[in-house]
Amino acid sequence: MSAILPLTVEGLGFAAGGETLLAGIGFALRAGMRSVVLGPNGAGKSLLLRLLHGLIRPTAGSMRWSAPEPARVQALVFQRPVLLRRSVAANIYYALELRGVSDAGRVDEALARTGLTALADRPARVLSGGEQQRLALARAWATRPELLLLDEPTANLDPAATRAVEEIVAAIHAAGTKIVMTTHDLGQARRLADEVLFLHRGRLVEHRPATEFFAAPASEAARAFLKGDLPW
Amino acid sequence: MVRGLLLAAALAALPAAAQERFITLSSTTSTEQSGLFGELLPKFRAASGIAVRVVAVGTGQALRLGERGDADVVLVHDEASELAFVAAGFGIERKPAMYNDFVLVGPTPVGSPRDAVASFRDLAGRPFVSRGDDSGTHKAELRLWQAAGIDPKSGTGRWYRETGSGMGATLNMAAALDAYTLADRASWASFGNRRGLTIASAGDPKLFNPYGVMLVNPVRHPHVKAAEGRAFIAWLTGAEGRAAIAAFRVGGQQIFFPLPAAPAPRS
Amino acid sequence: MDELAQAARLALRLITEFDSALVDIIARSLLVTASATVLAAALGLPLGALLALARFPGRQMLLVTVHALMALPPVVLGLLVYLVLSRAGPLGFLGLLYTPTAMIIAQTLLILPILAALASQQIEELAREYGELLRSLGAGPWHAAATLLWEGRFALATALLTGFGRAAGEVGAVMIVGGNIDRATRVMTTAIALETGRGQLALALALGLVLIALGVGVTVATFGLRALARRLSAA
Repeated sequence: MSAILPLTVEGLGFAAGGETLLAGIGFALRAGMRSVVLGPNGAGKSLLLRLLHGLIRPTAGSMRWSAPEPARVQALVFQRPVLLRRSVAANIYYALELRGVSDAGRVDEALARTGLTALADRPARVLSGGEQQRLALARAWATRPELLLLDEPTANLDPAATRAVEEIVAAIHAAGTKIVMTTHDLGQARRLADEVLFLHRGRLVEHRPATEFFAAPASEAARAFLKGDLPW
Repeated sequence: MVRGLLLAAALAALPAAAQERFITLSSTTSTEQSGLFGELLPKFRAASGIAVRVVAVGTGQALRLGERGDADVVLVHDEASELAFVAAGFGIERKPAMYNDFVLVGPTPVGSPRDAVASFRDLAGRPFVSRGDDSGTHKAELRLWQAAGIDPKSGTGRWYRETGSGMGATLNMAAALDAYTLADRASWASFGNRRGLTIASAGDPKLFNPYGVMLVNPVRHPHVKAAEGRAFIAWLTGAEGRAAIAAFRVGGQQIFFPLPAAPAPRS
Repeated sequence: MDELAQAARLALRLITEFDSALVDIIARSLLVTASATVLAAALGLPLGALLALARFPGRQMLLVTVHALMALPPVVLGLLVYLVLSRAGPLGFLGLLYTPTAMIIAQTLLILPILAALASQQIEELAREYGELLRSLGAGPWHAAATLLWEGRFALATALLTGFGRAAGEVGAVMIVGGNIDRATRVMTTAIALETGRGQLALALALGLVLIALGVGVTVATFGLRALARRLSAA
């Protein structure tokens, strides 16, 4: 199996209804490090994740993956977990089947790693918000993706649930999966980010190691954002 | 898969019916609702092995079913339209089958009880419910209005109401409105919801109500089951059918009489 | 009041005695309507999914047609089916007129648009919720449609019961294409029409009570399904 990373993005843009939402995005995405996409509300963070995931076609530029069919080895976790009306275990199994894997052992493993084993037979949609997001992570993990995209995965969660999600993300990363995540939570970004992509008004303004970004943001927009002067 | 389902549904819905020998008889509500067929048809089936499926509608519609080839045999009661049906080539081998009479029913007697035309003359302005459906009974009613010199349509919206439905619905409405209506003897005898209705006039020869039976022309409609249809007509107009018609009773009363009158037994 | 009590007593007697004519009529009613419901579901649910998910030329026309057909009076539909199945009609050679099959066809066409419209509405809603997820998980259009149908199973089952109830209670169309033939095509509604016509109101009401009981059963089943759906899926 050849790896899809690194990815080279050049001149990536997206426009809809006469409005340019993303333009001139260029960066290289390497395996390994955790990349956190930051930026104020409406900067285009979610859109960027959906372009990377292939849910939306770009209207300009190119994405060059290192292997074909990148979507098959990716997973996307949404801000609001979207779960099927069936049991916890069945939700995971469904995703595995679509990847051509029918291995119940993988379901058990994913449940165990996300602490959901006891809930395996419960209807997924009666779980708490935190449990639902853990299930979404378990479903993503079970497919053993090379790249995991997370779109504000803890935006609707309380601190305890947020911590649980961060631990799982860390574990998935430790197991060798590339993480690309958007967040509103600067504390979370500091905790998890190895590198930061800072978007502002549809443009990639900074792409730097996290420590440098937080210590000394290069752009005026990022400085204002970190001070909390830009609307999230 | 869909075709399979359709087939399965069709098969499930047709238990035993498929292999049964049967004819379709289009006839009038009066014969069906009186229970006459319930009496006659099992006897015919026992004698011939042929089941008769009755579609009971008004005379006009029954003839049109025959015209379109949707029935094998037609049994109705309006001589003029029957003759026209045969003359147009839709039906063949028409035979008189039986008769009874019409009765004028309503809240009180009118005119002179045995003179239908005088009774109808007396009806003008009184509430009257008409079949209005081109049935044999409807046509008989229109003939009586004409003989009485009254145009009932002039009373539409006031005292003359056309239901456009079967005998039963019309009788129900007459009962509810305390109105008059013309009914065939069979429907009246078996009608269970009379309320204040009673016979207002009956017995006039003008109220004679003959039924004719005929085969739908197999030349026009090759799928018509001519042999089975002829067997039914022969049975109905033969000794066995005549006896069965004469034996049929509603509330102890004979309401159908075989036609023509029984020939004198040969010595 | 007397008539109602009398009808109730008669209904009870006919049912408890398993009156053979009544059993025959009820069995035929259920068989015809159940067949029609199954057929209409087999055609209508995929059609609903297609309308909800696919974008093709003529889709708007099809949508309008389906919704217009929902408003078609059953008796008109019956007349159209009659004209098609009549010996003088285009499918007359099949000899289906005045058979239970003709009634199944009429009832199928009667509830097909209802099922298709309800299904497309339901699936469109579910597609808004699940569309991105299913594409993210790599589900192709067919798989996605099947998944959404399954996700909407409780709502769709409710739609099926609605269709079943409507078909079971319909009289105009089955009267025209079935002919209300004793022991061949007589069902509950046409039998009620016949007994009303004979002025046998008690018997008509007795049959009506059976039909009402069936309707209540269907409604209870619908509510039960909804409660079950809420418990299982917090939908």
